[in-house]
Amino acid sequence: MAAKPRIATVSLAGCFGCHMSLLDLDERILKLAELVEFDRSPINDYKDFRARCAVGVVEGGCCTEENVHVLERFRKQCDLLVSIGECAISGGIPAMRNNIPLRECLEEAYLKSPGVYNPGGVIPNDPEIPLLLHRLYPCHEVVKIDLFIPGCPPPADAIWDALVSLLAGRPAAPAYDRLKYD
Amino acid sequence: MKTVTFTIDGKIVRADKGQTILKAAEAAGIYIPRLCACKDLVPHGSCRVCSVRVNGRIQASCVQTAAEGAIVESETDELREYRRNIIDMLFVEGNHFCMFCEKSGFCELQALAYRFGITAPKYRLLYPKRDIDLSHPEVYLDHNRCILCGRCVRASQDLDRKNVFQFVERGCRKRLQVNGEALSDTDLRAADQAVSACPVGALMRKRVGYAVPVGRRPYDEVPIGRDIEKKGEE
Repeated sequence: MAAKPRIATVSLAGCFGCHMSLLDLDERILKLAELVEFDRSPINDYKDFRARCAVGVVEGGCCTEENVHVLERFRKQCDLLVSIGECAISGGIPAMRNNIPLRECLEEAYLKSPGVYNPGGVIPNDPEIPLLLHRLYPCHEVVKIDLFIPGCPPPADAIWDALVSLLAGRPAAPAYDRLKYD
Repeated sequence: MKTVTFTIDGKIVRADKGQTILKAAEAAGIYIPRLCACKDLVPHGSCRVCSVRVNGRIQASCVQTAAEGAIVESETDELREYRRNIIDMLFVEGNHFCMFCEKSGFCELQALAYRFGITAPKYRLLYPKRDIDLSHPEVYLDHNRCILCGRCVRASQDLDRKNVFQFVERGCRKRLQVNGEALSDTDLRAADQAVSACPVGALMRKRVGYAVPVGRRPYDEVPIGRDIEKKGEE
């Protein structure tokens, strides 16, 4: 029997809602585990790739330098890259800061916001903290993306349909009632 | 009344003399996608989503009257792509956050994108900086979602007889302006036709959002225009 195709998933600037929707496959998650081998993913908590993957699933866009590095690594390690959810596709909630200067965002969060206790008036800038980009980038503006599954989050059925047809080598257009932006 | 006979994608369609191609198609059960055209409003042909080829030339079917013997093409790959490109451009030009928009599931722009099977933006997202006018007690105006279709402008003038809205500036700077410092200075009321004429979530009534659960909203299961197409099948 040929080795099962490997699948990797990651959440960049997302809320893990798309991964929740993936778990919402209910018992089909067992079927998915039969079809594929999970490589790097928050589901098994593997922090890095163990082998080359057939499919990489990316939730969330890029709001930090680290997000860009991880996304570029996914592009290198995966044959096909899938953008899943509104944040990966059009920026989503994290992109609401895109028309506000970064300094203003940081000042609002760490200095001006009601309830903030920051007597030193310091905006965190430790090298350990991923560097924020000046704005959020949807994944396809950073690397090439092969398939998009929109939704906030995409319905589990939409994820199932897309993954199954992708693994069968026939990427299909989503059914009308499974194409959602909300 | 005098009638004219013409064809749309080879199908014979009869129209009253002076009737637009869009209206005649609708009566014949043929749906031509549209955004700025709206029932009861004088069409002004600005969004170009309803573009068709009439005897080989591209025309906005909401303003072009049907002529005897005209050969109209609508559902061609070329026109489908043109229409889809317009929808794509409208999405990247504004800030359309469907995930929390109260209009989601009722929005004509979103419904058209669903109908065209759009899964991701084709063009670079612009994330423009736009204002929200929350001054009015019953209605708010979110410029982030405004697609400049002019439906509120025409509805306010022609149906409400109030002239609350107008366009200012030109080209990429064109924007909707209210007749006063803010929306609260105008005589706009929540029940005005201008409010219900908005196809997107730009002009919205306050405190009535999210009343219909996901799955039961107009465009959740049924594509926009299906009602018109059904008439043609009967």
